[in-house]
Amino acid sequence: MSTQMYKPGSYPNLPPPPGTVGFYGWIRNNLFSSISNTLLTIVSVVLVYYLIDGIIGWFLFDAVFDADSKIECRKINDGACWAVITRRVGQFVYGFYPEAERWRINISFLTMFIAFAPLLYPDLPKRKWLLWFSGIYPFFAFILINGGFFGLAKIEYSLFGGFMLTVILGVTGIVCSLPIGILLALGRQSKLTVVRTLSVCFIEFMRGVPLITLLFVASSMLNYFMPPGTNFSILVRVIIMFTFFSAAYIAEVIRGGIQAIPKGQYEAADALGMNYWQTTRFITLPQALKISIPGIMNTFIGLYKDTTLVVVIGLLDPLGIGRAALADTKWNGLSTETYLFVALFFFVSCFAMSRYSLWLENKLNTENK
Amino acid sequence: MVTNKKNSSKSVIEIREMHKWFGTFHVLKNISLGVKQGERIVICGPSGSGKSTLIRCINRLEVHQKGDIIVNDVELTGDLKNLESIRSDVGMVFQSFNLFPHLTVLENCTLAPIWVKGLPKKEANELAMELLTRVKIPEQALKFPGQLSGGQQQRVAIARSLCMQPKIMLFDEPTSALDPEMIKEVLDTMIELAETGMTMLVVTHEMGFAKKVADSVIFMDEGEIIEQNDPKNFFNNPKNDRTKLFLSQILNH
Repeated sequence: MSTQMYKPGSYPNLPPPPGTVGFYGWIRNNLFSSISNTLLTIVSVVLVYYLIDGIIGWFLFDAVFDADSKIECRKINDGACWAVITRRVGQFVYGFYPEAERWRINISFLTMFIAFAPLLYPDLPKRKWLLWFSGIYPFFAFILINGGFFGLAKIEYSLFGGFMLTVILGVTGIVCSLPIGILLALGRQSKLTVVRTLSVCFIEFMRGVPLITLLFVASSMLNYFMPPGTNFSILVRVIIMFTFFSAAYIAEVIRGGIQAIPKGQYEAADALGMNYWQTTRFITLPQALKISIPGIMNTFIGLYKDTTLVVVIGLLDPLGIGRAALADTKWNGLSTETYLFVALFFFVSCFAMSRYSLWLENKLNTENK
Repeated sequence: MVTNKKNSSKSVIEIREMHKWFGTFHVLKNISLGVKQGERIVICGPSGSGKSTLIRCINRLEVHQKGDIIVNDVELTGDLKNLESIRSDVGMVFQSFNLFPHLTVLENCTLAPIWVKGLPKKEANELAMELLTRVKIPEQALKFPGQLSGGQQQRVAIARSLCMQPKIMLFDEPTSALDPEMIKEVLDTMIELAETGMTMLVVTHEMGFAKKVADSVIFMDEGEIIEQNDPKNFFNNPKNDRTKLFLSQILNH
């Protein structure tokens, strides 16, 4: 090996030794760095192979996708009996929403992505125009799903169910709780005693009570507190409870973000002559929300999964539909398949939210970009 | 040496028998100070002497409890209208820069002109680019503060203040958080600013800057103005013992 001599100050930038960086470098450093690590890698690969081999077989290769009952399933093969899902997939997705009207749900669901796109992706082309649609969307979706306008048949809330109910509860709760949470967080920091006290009371009460209790209140008692003559449907009452509950959590998460902002930021804004609302809008919130993204997303995911609690007050969310399916004598005993399917649906939604939040955190990171 | 061109002898800042307490601690004691338009004043003194607090009182980042502070003929009171008008006339540069990390350099400079002064976005951008050119970093306009060196950040902070077209500039130890090799670029920017006739109050330990630029140097200790003089007499012929001690401590190394 030759060692070349360089004049002081003229040493060139050399590439790292081969096999220390890149794909091979990673494999060597992480999987085969020592004898024990190499052994561990081999044993793990073998174990994972056997596990996956058995599971995949049950899930896929030995599974039955179409049959009339559990007994028929077992006659065909001994894997999972997905027939319980495929035969009732309509109910799992739409609940008891009339089959002829299901297109309304489909359109609402697909257009929801168009409505969310400009909110979630700030760099989208023609964002300003799409934002108009985002503003109209809640009314659009309400009219479409609920009906009663423009010749659309009115659909009773009691027929709502399945994943559609989860998405309605979850998305409405998430969208409404963020602004309320922000206002509560600001209120809690306010110099005005009345505003601060009210915010603190609301937050502490909502956080101090189990969600299930709030749902029971929503289902049985809330109408007593309302002015006579008003009669919110159970669905609206439940959404209000979900929104308030998660708004209280969001408020505390955002308060943490606000308190993490250095005092110098406010001083700089003050020194430039900015008033409270300008400072809040341009300095405080952008930074506080950015810091709070992981916490906010945590709360959102929690809220989304908590929508399954509505099963206790008789709404037919996916778990309710699943229980109804299992109560059918034809499908008795297929709880593994049913709950796995529901779990998969929740996992996919929550994983997507989690990935989005990671992407957003990365995008908003302005240091060493 | 910068020549002393006074546009007029009108006082732009008038402080009369001003006192301030932090809780029960008496930080500023009976401060009286007049600053004329175009005048450049350097304030020095040991840490804890109240010098930062004094200039922070001038744009009411700190609230004084007794006495009067009059800036541009407007008295500083709890009145929000007065406060906003004073703050857009008085620029401030901080020791820790305090740039907004989530905004680009250009946005840092245009935010207040657009929203506080109502300048159209295009004009604000042009003004900001002009001032960024003056502090010699126009090429960094689209970067974020976290990507710049300390000296560059402080120059952006100066440009950001100047974008409000202030009549008075306050500097609160602008070079204390900088690495030695970056102090010069910030001081050069400040010297250039002084040459334009800007009224400046500078809290600093950079005595070279004081000798070169200041019309008047103030020494503060324990909340009092101990001595005020023109730089030549201040450095060569200090009268008070505490001033002498302070100068010997910071100049002899």
